Amino acid sequence: MIPASFDYVRVGSAEEAIGLLSEHGEDAKLLAGGHSLLPLMKLRLAQPALLVDIGPLRELSYVTEEKDYLAVGALTRHHDIATSALTLSSAPLLAHVAGQIGDPQVRHRGTIGGSICHGDPASDLPAVLLALGATFVARGPNGQREIDAKDFFVSFFEVALTPDELLVEIRVPRARDALWGFEKLTKRAQDWAIVGAVAVRSASGVGVGLINMGPVPLRSSAVEAAVLSGANAAEAAQFAAEGTEPSADFNGSVTYRQHVARVLVRRALEKAGV
Amino acid sequence: MRIDITVNGTPESHDVEARTLLVYYLRDAVGLTGTNVGCDTTSCGACTVLLNGQSVKSCTVLAAQVAGDEVTTIEGMALEDGRMHPIQQAFQECHGLQCGYCTPGMVMAIASLLAENPEPTEEYIRLGLEGNLCRCTGYHNIVAAALAAGGAPEMHQ
Amino acid sequence: MSILGNRVLRREDPKFLTVGGTYVADLALPGSVHVTFVRSSMAHARVVSVDSTNARAMAGVLAVYTNDDLGMAKFPTVMGMTNEAMAPPMLASGTVRYVGEPIAAIVAESREIAEDALEQVVVEYEPLKVVIDPVQARTDEDLLFPDAGTNTSFSLDFGGDETLFDDCDVVVELALVNQRVAPCPLEVRSAAAHTSEDGRLEFNSSTQAPHGVRDALATFLGLEPDQVHVVTPDVGGGFGAKASVYPEDIVVGWCAQKLGRPVRWTETRSESMLGLGHGRAQIQHVRIGGSREGVVQAYRIEVLQDSGAYAGFGTVLPFMTRVMTSGPYKIPKAECASVSVVTNSTPTTAYRGAGRPEATAAIERIMDVFAREIDLDPAELRRRNLIGKDDFPYTTPTETVYDVGDYHRALDLALEVAGYDDLRAEQARRRATGDVRQLGIGLSCYVEITNGLPDGEFGAVEVRPDGKVIVRTGTSPHGQGHVTAWSMLVAEQLGVAIEDIEVVHGDTDIVPRGAGTMGSRSLQIGGAAVNQAAVDVVEKAKDLAADLLEADREDIVLNKANGSFHVVGTPAVSRSWAELGEAAAKDGNPLFAEVDLASPGPTFPFGTHISVVEVDTETGKVDLLRHVAVDDAGRIISPLLAEGQVHGGIAQGVAQALLEEVVYDLEGNPLTSTLVDYSFISAAELPSYETRFTETPTPVNALGAKGIGESGTIGSTPAVHNAVCDAVVHLGVRHIDMPTTPIRVWNAINDAATGDESSKGGR
Repeated sequence: MIPASFDYVRVGSAEEAIGLLSEHGEDAKLLAGGHSLLPLMKLRLAQPALLVDIGPLRELSYVTEEKDYLAVGALTRHHDIATSALTLSSAPLLAHVAGQIGDPQVRHRGTIGGSICHGDPASDLPAVLLALGATFVARGPNGQREIDAKDFFVSFFEVALTPDELLVEIRVPRARDALWGFEKLTKRAQDWAIVGAVAVRSASGVGVGLINMGPVPLRSSAVEAAVLSGANAAEAAQFAAEGTEPSADFNGSVTYRQHVARVLVRRALEKAGV
Repeated sequence: MRIDITVNGTPESHDVEARTLLVYYLRDAVGLTGTNVGCDTTSCGACTVLLNGQSVKSCTVLAAQVAGDEVTTIEGMALEDGRMHPIQQAFQECHGLQCGYCTPGMVMAIASLLAENPEPTEEYIRLGLEGNLCRCTGYHNIVAAALAAGGAPEMHQ
Repeated sequence: MSILGNRVLRREDPKFLTVGGTYVADLALPGSVHVTFVRSSMAHARVVSVDSTNARAMAGVLAVYTNDDLGMAKFPTVMGMTNEAMAPPMLASGTVRYVGEPIAAIVAESREIAEDALEQVVVEYEPLKVVIDPVQARTDEDLLFPDAGTNTSFSLDFGGDETLFDDCDVVVELALVNQRVAPCPLEVRSAAAHTSEDGRLEFNSSTQAPHGVRDALATFLGLEPDQVHVVTPDVGGGFGAKASVYPEDIVVGWCAQKLGRPVRWTETRSESMLGLGHGRAQIQHVRIGGSREGVVQAYRIEVLQDSGAYAGFGTVLPFMTRVMTSGPYKIPKAECASVSVVTNSTPTTAYRGAGRPEATAAIERIMDVFAREIDLDPAELRRRNLIGKDDFPYTTPTETVYDVGDYHRALDLALEVAGYDDLRAEQARRRATGDVRQLGIGLSCYVEITNGLPDGEFGAVEVRPDGKVIVRTGTSPHGQGHVTAWSMLVAEQLGVAIEDIEVVHGDTDIVPRGAGTMGSRSLQIGGAAVNQAAVDVVEKAKDLAADLLEADREDIVLNKANGSFHVVGTPAVSRSWAELGEAAAKDGNPLFAEVDLASPGPTFPFGTHISVVEVDTETGKVDLLRHVAVDDAGRIISPLLAEGQVHGGIAQGVAQALLEEVVYDLEGNPLTSTLVDYSFISAAELPSYETRFTETPTPVNALGAKGIGESGTIGSTPAVHNAVCDAVVHLGVRHIDMPTTPIRVWNAINDAATGDESSKGGR
């Protein structure tokens, strides 16, 4: 219940945070909303020596409309994304998913950046951002770079940021006329997905993402290819289990999860107008 | 480290460790024991307080993170004239508590839910309370209390 | 006009709502030190060594104690019935037998240091073979207690009548699991202790039985009971799991004596999930037989009870299962036999219903399977077999005598409220169209035993000179609202305002004896004791009033409207309670009565629950759409409180049917030891309930009241379970074990579709 002791610094700028990350490397962890990190620390599964609190950097909390994309600051809280008029109109799928992460209290604190940098394949946002073809902007001591979502989730709880990089922005391609579907199987409302599926269909293509079907969030290229070649939802969904490596636990065997993936992908595709 | 937080309108200033959770700052340093600890995995919501008017689980917030902010606990919910807040009143009228352990967290969570949606449906309340666990009441009367409070005139002033 | 039966709001509420309750962890105990426990990370192992050198060297760590330091005896057997070799030690003694078993106690200046110190204690284990499956334990191939020569902790060997089913045209069998669950009160276990200046042990406990705690502390610490003072403040739920004393409680008391400083202990939830007793955990084989027309003639249940690692109260629960074997049905022949075995898991204990939900769940499930076998509507099958209202008192084949009931009335009302025929029509429609979302309708007719233990109860009423009334009770409420309910009873007898009544409980100095609150006993024995004491005080007051008013005793009237006594015919000349109280005090003979009410015996609440679920046949996900509960607890004193008890019971019952399960892997590692993994049910999974009461007063006690605390749980689980099975029975599914999680439901559907027998039961 009580985390191990640590040093704590509240930074005044992104640069200051990056400087501390450069200096302390693996000994330092960024603290944003704290709802991925603090639970681990309370169970002493994580014991960073230094917490760099970037929560005060409210300049990294925003939702703005750029020419081709919706720009979401990495420190924007789930609640703010879910209720922003801009998200609701420009990226309603993102608003919807942000609006059902965890519970209301979690959504008042958790941030989109914190969630995706945690690298948990059972989280909702990573698969959704994959399906949306989002890109992520990381800032380090040597400047800024843009990373494609499909290159971001490297392995189980590991993302493509160097230890001295700070995620600053998420860019969601604009597709006002996109149709989408989001399906999640849980036992209880507040649970992580046993399996989840998201489908987005717009003039520019189709994106299908899977939650908790492997060590990383997945994009289902087989399903996408089928849709693009004219398959209907049921036909395309047959490929949902391809390339997946779901784990088995008392909530679902491998067979069950792959079956549910096919069902949820079909339903998500149907909602996305396929 | 010295952490200053405004609690129920009163400035508080206490020396705590960096790792001191907000819930323990409130309970031990400030001495307000109404907010309870029910779990260690951010699951139960018994520790729910309002942070700048929004519900948060105070067990998953470091006191240090909210230095300079405003926190409201169950002890701060009474109306200015001393009467119980409509949510507290509704809990009593609807028999929304039995052992009382989840109650402060429930009241604070509902305060936040109603602030964000003054005309809630039952579904909104039930989903909104997904992070607040109760073992005694079966939730039926808690939901009734939330809906009744939503309709109270004092909530809409 | 009587206050009883009215919707009186709770007097307890304002404090809880404005400043919160005062639970053990809230108590101000200046200078106190904190205890935490090093717990086993192995399910079965020899403890080679416990190295606490580094922990003890830490600043702020006062001591680290193991069982050798305590020098205390083991816990006793349960009522002399369980295998003595299997009684738990205070702290692990040489061998650990479940993950979470306490091995050592760390005492430190603060909670933080105590938790830091935990990481510094190194335990060396020598692994032993883990036995986690009760079926495996039963073979005695690997023993948890080699000296015992067996893993059997308790058995009930009744019946064995080979001819039981001879006359039955139809016989149906079923194997089912009543799974292990975790009680999960919102407040975990917590205790505090200090020795006072006069050498008494002052103890605060989050318990359901303060006097039991006092007596246990006295026994283990070598004190006289009056040298121990237990004060139980507010308690955040118990549900049976806090009805017994835990080793940690005794160790806390011991530390206070040893160190001469106030000691406090509050476990974490993760510890509680391992250390607080678990519930249920029965593997059952049932057999039912009867005629094609649906008359049940014989029933047998065999129970394999999981004790967990040590023989605690859970071990003897089959005793209560046997008591309720034949349920509300007039089955002429019925038997129950049981074996309890130890396994390398948390010891089991009483949990809301404690042996009776298991009995109801088994018979209600097989009644549905039997109904299907003979192609009879499940409600009709029950109607044909329920005990008739004129058949009471009714003696069951297991020699239980039910007091009174009208089971058909509850069934009819439930069917009416549910709109049963419309539901069946909707179900038929969806079956005809092959709807992905199928409707399931489940029934449960139950009867249960309350106040089943022989303890009496203490009650006292005193009227003070200022007219205020002090009530003392031996019950120990932890959410049930006894302050309100006993106030109502006393107000009714005395004609005083509820606001002028103070109810005291939980302090063993002020309340000399009491059996606490569990088993749905409190109203019928605790409330009845308080009620009797109030009656006795009225009699004393009449004596005094006759004296003061110089009248005959028989002419004295109590005017309850204004709480005063007068001579019949001259109401203007009266004496108030305050005046009588003052006069009595002056006389040195206070207006006071104390009652030790002997138990007049158990009572049997009953009812019918009907549940409506929707099953997504593609994923197996179940949604509970409606839950109807008709319950009869005799005379209802407080409809508000009774309804609240039913609501809470329903949620726990639904949770067992749909979601909750304690899971261990084959090495005895718990997989559900946090509230993330353990599916504690929330408001989002539940609808609002449709509840009704019928009132068939019991002749057993003066109040006409039965218990209600556990009925909601007992009645609801089978209704929900049956509903889920009913939703997919037309797809060839015979049975799905609880909890009916999505994977279990889907496996059952899939196996039926592919003709695969291997996961019959959906496990």
